[in-house]
Amino acid sequence: MSEVTVQGGQEVVGVARIEGPILVVEGGTNVSYDEVVEIQDSRGQLRRGRVLEVGEGYAVIQAFAGSTGLSIDGTRVRFLGTTLHIPVAEEMLGRIFDGLGNPIDGGPEPLTDHYADVNGQPINPTARIYPRDYIQTGISTIDGVNTLLRGQKLPLFSGAGMPHDQLAAQIVRQATLGKLAGAPQTEGEEFAIVFAAMGVKNDVAEYFRRSFTESGALTRVAMFLNLADDPPVERIVTPRAALTLAEYLAYEREMHVLVVLTDMTNYGEALRQISNVRGEVPSRKGYPGYLYSDLASMYERTGRIRTSKGSITQIPILTMPNDDITHPMPDLTGYITEGQIVLGRELNFAGIYPPVAVLPSLSRLMKDGIGKNRTRDDHPRWGAQLYAAYARTQDVRALASVIGEEELSDVDQKYLKFGRAFEREFVNQSFTENRTIERTLEIGWKLLSMLPKKELTRVTLDEIAQYYKGDDASS
Amino acid sequence: MSDQVGTITWISGPVVRARGSRHVGMLELVQVGEDRLVGEVIGLKGDQMTIQVYEETAGMQTGAPVFGTGLPLSVELGPGLIQSIYDGVQRPLPLIEAAMGSFINRGAHFDSINREKKWKFTPKVKVGDAVKGGAILGVVMETETLEHRVMLNPDDSGTITWVAPVGEYTVADTIAKLKMGKEEKTITMLQRWPVRRARPFTNRRPANIPLITGQRILDTFFPVAKGGAAGIPGPFGSGKTVTQHSIAKWADAEIIVYIGCGERGNEMTEVLQEFPHLVDPRTGRPLMERTVLIANTSNMPVAAREASIYTGITIAEYYRDMGYHVALMADSTSRWAEALREVSGRLEEMPAEEGYPAYLAGRLAEFYERAGYVNNLNDTQGSVSIVGAVSPPGGDFSEPVTQHTKRFIRCFWALDKSLASARHFPAINWLDSYSEYLEDVAGWWREKTGKDWLTMRNRAMELLSEESRLSQIVKLVGPDALPYTERMVLETTRLIREGLLQQNATETVDAFSSVEKQIRMLELVLYFHERGMAIVKRGAPINLIHDLPVVDTIIRAKSTVTNEELHKFDDIQKQIDQQMGQLDAEYRS
Repeated sequence: MSEVTVQGGQEVVGVARIEGPILVVEGGTNVSYDEVVEIQDSRGQLRRGRVLEVGEGYAVIQAFAGSTGLSIDGTRVRFLGTTLHIPVAEEMLGRIFDGLGNPIDGGPEPLTDHYADVNGQPINPTARIYPRDYIQTGISTIDGVNTLLRGQKLPLFSGAGMPHDQLAAQIVRQATLGKLAGAPQTEGEEFAIVFAAMGVKNDVAEYFRRSFTESGALTRVAMFLNLADDPPVERIVTPRAALTLAEYLAYEREMHVLVVLTDMTNYGEALRQISNVRGEVPSRKGYPGYLYSDLASMYERTGRIRTSKGSITQIPILTMPNDDITHPMPDLTGYITEGQIVLGRELNFAGIYPPVAVLPSLSRLMKDGIGKNRTRDDHPRWGAQLYAAYARTQDVRALASVIGEEELSDVDQKYLKFGRAFEREFVNQSFTENRTIERTLEIGWKLLSMLPKKELTRVTLDEIAQYYKGDDASS
Repeated sequence: MSDQVGTITWISGPVVRARGSRHVGMLELVQVGEDRLVGEVIGLKGDQMTIQVYEETAGMQTGAPVFGTGLPLSVELGPGLIQSIYDGVQRPLPLIEAAMGSFINRGAHFDSINREKKWKFTPKVKVGDAVKGGAILGVVMETETLEHRVMLNPDDSGTITWVAPVGEYTVADTIAKLKMGKEEKTITMLQRWPVRRARPFTNRRPANIPLITGQRILDTFFPVAKGGAAGIPGPFGSGKTVTQHSIAKWADAEIIVYIGCGERGNEMTEVLQEFPHLVDPRTGRPLMERTVLIANTSNMPVAAREASIYTGITIAEYYRDMGYHVALMADSTSRWAEALREVSGRLEEMPAEEGYPAYLAGRLAEFYERAGYVNNLNDTQGSVSIVGAVSPPGGDFSEPVTQHTKRFIRCFWALDKSLASARHFPAINWLDSYSEYLEDVAGWWREKTGKDWLTMRNRAMELLSEESRLSQIVKLVGPDALPYTERMVLETTRLIREGLLQQNATETVDAFSSVEKQIRMLELVLYFHERGMAIVKRGAPINLIHDLPVVDTIIRAKSTVTNEELHKFDDIQKQIDQQMGQLDAEYRS
């Protein structure tokens, strides 16, 4: 997609109206909806845009790089007669691109004749394979209680100042195909990584690049960067370009692809900006009414299909404005994705890494990737028991803050101890610690053993007999 | 069959305007552009028509033709619907996959019902019979256990002049001829029906049979009647879809229509891969053999999402007309409402609340009113029950879709984020939910189980609401400050919550509780309460009750006692008697 490729198509000189990144062009005929255009300013500089609306004798165009420097008479618009396509090739791994898919690492254009529409097409539900293989990330709060599967979309909900980037980098570094608990750890199959940055600071992009370099992953990473000072409108295309490459790698090259999208909140703001300029009827907080469908058109490009061995797993990162999980971006994302990993401010203050707030976190597909023949038989009930016990801890803590710890019953005191240990030993682990699944299960049982047997109603009596290590004498 | 009726003048997403004939009808099905994409006329003004297009419009140009069909948006009805999976406008997804590969391309035109497959038709009418709309002309076995009753289109009536003998026919073959006035009409097994028009029936019957779902919190505490309408609102992650799936699996309906409306692709795949392997306990056949799936996932075109609800309910009504009980799941009605909003926004209509069009409430009412337990035109009785999921933004039930839905349903299953966080599933909040069918179905319970279900159920609810009051106090002063009698209430409600209300959809024994098992469990817990209360009143310390081994046994009974071994509850009751008896004896003196 080089700037010099000029394909056929009609050219219109002069535009009728310019408003923010939106141009209204009159006089074109047979303009297609969603068509790509090339916009040339009076000094001959080219930029790209896309048709948002067509009417009789006019077209509404969104300029990706904004409208700075464009004039009413000096602007030429060439309609290219096709929707936005990017080149896709395996050689794009190890390369860095801008938000529209043009190389910015000084290297040549990817050598391929394979171009794909950035909008993609919906996967037919009958063509999908339901995800069943878990990904071992080496992080207890994910593998143990919010297991990630190949073909799942699991976002990180975070807030400003929290270590979501580190966590994402750690997942990318450690992710391997999961094995049965106790099976020998062999070199797992490696993931290809497609990384898209939307409106993040240069530091963040640099952090990921460095982290990929250090782990030796850089050769299997393709990065699409739209940084904070790049044109916001381009952000609409960036995740789509990244997913288009991911689809090619997964479904035509049969690779397992991990897609990291950061930060979706910036994407949503770009979408809102365009919607506002167009004067559309807003729904919540000024976001357009089609925000859900728009987000779904990206998140749903995850999964596995029957005709390929490959898979796409998505980890979108969102910073929740004001840590508000009911904000439209995390809210609508949560309705589309298959669960969410929520980072908690309090845990972060307490110095716990990764500060995964276990209770609001969820993996919807977990139930199908764990248990007998996948991880270990007791895993599902063990997880439910940890959740239930930790939820009880929260109630006990609330009570303790009113009546004081000394007044708590014996059982409640044990819950309090359990809760502290859970955060310090289970949730907390170092940035470099890669826990096996049996290690995670073992820590969990050790913690559950702090509670009386009678409290453990989610696990079976056999499991208690086998794994419970506490000194609780009552049966 | 289709002539050009207009030329496209304006395109914005799924909404297209065209200029041309003044003879195009409102809600007429049209084909848009050279690719002949499916669209529906939703507005007319002079020679201008506004069309919503059910497929992706990228690449479409102004000046392209629009073709008319003269028909409203309709579904095809006939044998072969069962086990199908369709998109929102009833295109069969497996055929689309076979023709286009893993991704859905535009301009697919396929018959909704297979024209080649032969069905063994057995006539039920003879020459000379006067038949009216809805009459059963014959039957075919659609699956090994499901009899498909071939009915006359409700709009037709007349005298049979010819009827096909027993034999193998396709849905396109003539199976009868009918004299209507002067005309003779040929009848096939296939009929078309406009999706936005409810299929007629004779009259409504009182909805007094519960739809049994095997889910204890639903059947025992908040039952929905066959022919009733229920709403499941909840924030994301609270288990709407798991609840819908459980109902689709276990509900004692003869036909299930499951509409995945703007939801996840993987969820539809899960149903597709799981249902053929699950056995329907009533017929012993795979669950898929009573299921019709409509899948319009969130990334499929938004206008077809709007249509998917109507496609589904029309198919449900068709089976109701045969005399079957049909349960329809719509997951999620909020996505459908958003599709309305999106199209409305593109039409630049004046928005009402939160950008939704002012006719939102009207559309919801039209949909939920299509539920009902009815006497059909052919004197059979059938029902359509609707279970609609609602996805309120931010989990805020005061938003328009939840509020309007509440006006048109009589059963409200409120999902609760904090219960879900504690992995209490189904995360249905017993204090916020309600059912207006309690009195209506009480008679059925008495007949079926011989027990006074309603009194027991109300007693359990009373304890739960007392628990809520007590837990406020506990939060302030701790449990020790409560008298033993009140702490006894907390002991019992823990049994109700953990033993009854919590149910594990993934565990074989627990996933489905028969009505008999449900009532025995309820009875047992209340029995425990009465016995315990008597002892506590005599001064026994509450921790003695708390430490009884039988407490654990009761909580685990849901997954240790199968639906076939209900006699085990007698053993548990004996354990209560024995263990409580000991305490009783100690504190009697």
